[in-house]
Amino acid sequence: MGEHPCSLSGVVESAVRLRAAVTLLGRFPALAGVDLDITPGEIVLLKGPNGAGKTTLLRLCAGLCALSTGQGWVLGHDLSSERRMVRRRVALLGHRTGLYDDLTVTENVAFWARAAGADPTDVDEALERLSLTGRLADTRVARLSAGQRRRASIASLVVRRPELWLLDEPHAGLDQQTRDTVDALVRGAAAAGATVMLATHELERIAVLEPRVVSVVGGVVRGDDPADSERPDPSSDAEGDRRVS
Amino acid sequence: MFRDAWLIAGKDLRIEMRSRVGLNQIVPFAVTVLVLFAFALDTDQEALRTYAPGLFWVTVLLAALLAIGRSFAVDLADGAADRLLLSGIDPISVFGGKAAAIAVQLVVLEVLLGAGVVLLFDVTVHRYGLLVCAGLAAAAGVATAGTLYGALVAGLGVRETLLPVLLLPVVAPVLIGATRAFQDAFGVAGAEGWAWLGLLAGFAAIYGVFGALSYGALLEEA
Repeated sequence: MGEHPCSLSGVVESAVRLRAAVTLLGRFPALAGVDLDITPGEIVLLKGPNGAGKTTLLRLCAGLCALSTGQGWVLGHDLSSERRMVRRRVALLGHRTGLYDDLTVTENVAFWARAAGADPTDVDEALERLSLTGRLADTRVARLSAGQRRRASIASLVVRRPELWLLDEPHAGLDQQTRDTVDALVRGAAAAGATVMLATHELERIAVLEPRVVSVVGGVVRGDDPADSERPDPSSDAEGDRRVS
Repeated sequence: MFRDAWLIAGKDLRIEMRSRVGLNQIVPFAVTVLVLFAFALDTDQEALRTYAPGLFWVTVLLAALLAIGRSFAVDLADGAADRLLLSGIDPISVFGGKAAAIAVQLVVLEVLLGAGVVLLFDVTVHRYGLLVCAGLAAAAGVATAGTLYGALVAGLGVRETLLPVLLLPVVAPVLIGATRAFQDAFGVAGAEGWAWLGLLAGFAAIYGVFGALSYGALLEEA
């Protein structure tokens, strides 16, 4: 029996491993041959212009986009044949909140905790970490501000205790205090052994997390050096634009 | 599996109770359709009584389209459908939960409309057992087929208009079977009501099994 492509001596040493990964959105190659290795516990910043393929890369790693050609493994699971296994172990914060407007904040977080098989007793802790306590906890999501909804969305991810965090513009729409909370959550998750991939244009903001920087341009990874823990250079986010239709 | 299905059904029903869309929009729509039928036929009370079962089930099916469409709309509104996939819940449980929630709503609708039919169309129930069993079996059939086709069109921009086109021909056997069973229960025709109930139960069982088996693939495509 051959060795697992993500392991040495049975220990998974790649949280994410992609080889010539291509993902088509319709007939458009949103990812056009991505090679990427991310080790467990790493914080990785995906930077690149709009339409570069950052969101598609996150969704591919979440098991929500299909791998058209190439190979990919996430947390040791093959993206071609084991996407359902991947999904149980990752959490994705996208542009949409994933919340139900007619349920309260607590009901939403509790629902997603139960759905993921997480410990329901963690709900209160997650709400507290995102400052969603008191009256706010019993407020319907439809009545929240955009920032509060974003906090509730993050709380429903936190409660799952994922092994791979996939965060798309995690600071968008948040006040300074909550941005600091998000940074603390990312640091805490990485310290606990979870892996974090995040895409953002707020490069100065994210520099405090000292991430490994991966540039995504035109659907491919450029300028990735796993040994390079360079601090993000905000000026380098203006590389060539490429729209995903 | 049952725990997860119960979780999904509970969530959908709680959302419907909170939003009051069913109470404020779907039920009034169904009552309006029933009243319009009554207006159209009111010169002939005997015709109203005779056709009451068919009119009742046409109204239920039209209202069911709204309930089914809404069941998927709440998941698609702000990305919850993706999170359901990421939760790792077995698609069979999602199917069972959503179908159960739709069936419960349909049963409530049938009770309200049934009262309306008795009042507006002046019908008398002769076989309560058959009426209840046929109502439950038909609700289960429409809910399972509706959940299946709802998922099929969920990812499409034209889902609101495509769902009736696809679903109504499929549930035609439910319309026929339930109408015949109700005719027997109302005593307005000599139909073999219990035999038609068998058709309704068979339809619900077939779509229940078929839906459970194919739902995972449909969710991936949606």
